[in-house]
Amino acid sequence: MDMGVMFGRSMRHIFRSVDTIMTVTISPVAIMLLFVFVLGGAIQIATDNYVNYLLPGIMLMTIANGIGYVSYRLLLDKQRGIFERFHSMPIARSAALWGHVLVSLVSNAISVTVIILIAFLMGFRSPAGVLPWLAVVGILGLFTLALTWIAVIAGLSAKSADSAGAFAFVIHLLPFISSAFVPTNTMPKAVRVFAENQPVTSIVNAIRALLNDQPVGSDIWVALAWCVGIMLVAYVFAMRVYKKRV
Amino acid sequence: MLPNEIAISVQGLKKSYKNVTVLEGVGFEVKTGSIFALLGSNGTGKTTIVKILTTLLKHDSGTAVVNGFDVAAKPDSVRQSISLTGQFAAVDEILTGRENLIMIARLRHLDNPRQVADDLLKRFGLTDAADRRVSTYSGGMRRRLDIAMSLVGESQLIFLDEPTTGLDPEGRIEVWKMVKELAGSGTTVFLTTQYLDEAEQLADRIAILHKGRIIVNDTLAELKKLFPPAKVEYIEKQPTLEEIFLAIVGKKEEKDNGND
Repeated sequence: MDMGVMFGRSMRHIFRSVDTIMTVTISPVAIMLLFVFVLGGAIQIATDNYVNYLLPGIMLMTIANGIGYVSYRLLLDKQRGIFERFHSMPIARSAALWGHVLVSLVSNAISVTVIILIAFLMGFRSPAGVLPWLAVVGILGLFTLALTWIAVIAGLSAKSADSAGAFAFVIHLLPFISSAFVPTNTMPKAVRVFAENQPVTSIVNAIRALLNDQPVGSDIWVALAWCVGIMLVAYVFAMRVYKKRV
Repeated sequence: MLPNEIAISVQGLKKSYKNVTVLEGVGFEVKTGSIFALLGSNGTGKTTIVKILTTLLKHDSGTAVVNGFDVAAKPDSVRQSISLTGQFAAVDEILTGRENLIMIARLRHLDNPRQVADDLLKRFGLTDAADRRVSTYSGGMRRRLDIAMSLVGESQLIFLDEPTTGLDPEGRIEVWKMVKELAGSGTTVFLTTQYLDEAEQLADRIAILHKGRIIVNDTLAELKKLFPPAKVEYIEKQPTLEEIFLAIVGKKEEKDNGND
């Protein structure tokens, strides 16, 4: 019941800050336009539809962007004493925190939906049925949760709004050094080793295969292992920070 | 005092952060239904005491009993019976004033959150602004809403941590009036402040926190006796800037009302 109240608060936050969703989606959309219409013609990839190739990476970038706001909102609640108000009341201590986690899931889902619609206008098509799409939703949900717990650590440890969102910038760069834009086999050895063994590549490959209705191979398991692994480690640290700082 | 006449009882309270000792054995009692002011400069540990008493922070040693419950052993029972207005107005800026109050009423599991919110909005003169987002409120309005949120559920004991810091003179007087009304209705008020006149205006009992200890704890009348007897001198009484400000603003408001 208390969770319901927190969720209601959070949903109001989302629907009253539509500008946040605009800000979150605008740069991935710009990158998508740039890569498809400016650079796309020169990129040699065995596909006739570069938007299809690009979309999974753009989805992850969108989520990385949205995550910055999760930290920022947590920082505000901490600085304004809103956590203290809730914690001095007879409600579960974690209720206030889980409200933020729910916001993160819902707002990122909205942003990614916006991205998919824009990609569709740019020529994105998927032969995949309901089940592969559900699998994509599941992977993106886990990815969002994993990053959300990292955002909780950053937001609660930050001293200022600038530092609260800084970590999102690093995550934002990861897709560039992955298979999100071009296949990794054209990269120099050292970069390639990094690219092929960082989480974004396996997640992008898994989503791409699912959307193209192709066999996903081992990528999906590697992707899931990354997401769940990061999520669990970040969760443990986030709860520790939450107990200590709030 | 009988046990049920004591709202807060603190003995030998100690707290340090890493190597810095903030409280070195604080002790005091607060009578039920009274206004107790904890006075001290910035950084003396007033907020630390408030945080310990409201279960937000664990103390190192000593005991603190609030409304008959030990804060360390029974934090949930303490939270049921208190309400905190922290140093910063803890209001949700994206929600409206009404939504803020309804949210707290729901979290306190009250039967009629909407009615509770309406009553408090009226009592705090926020009815006209009720459906505006709090981000459009002035500092004084935020503080009023903040205190109104603490009154949801009618806790027996209310903590006000520097409630008038950053408010303009009118805002301060409004808060003072509210605190007096609260105490008049039987609520115990624990107040921290760095303004001497605030303690003088409001408190039944004043304690001064200095270097981690309570160095004085008495009524205002008794505290005044600590100083040499008053001398009678004839001086021209200049109005304070605050009095001038309030006189001008008051006149302006009368005029404004007259024009309606």
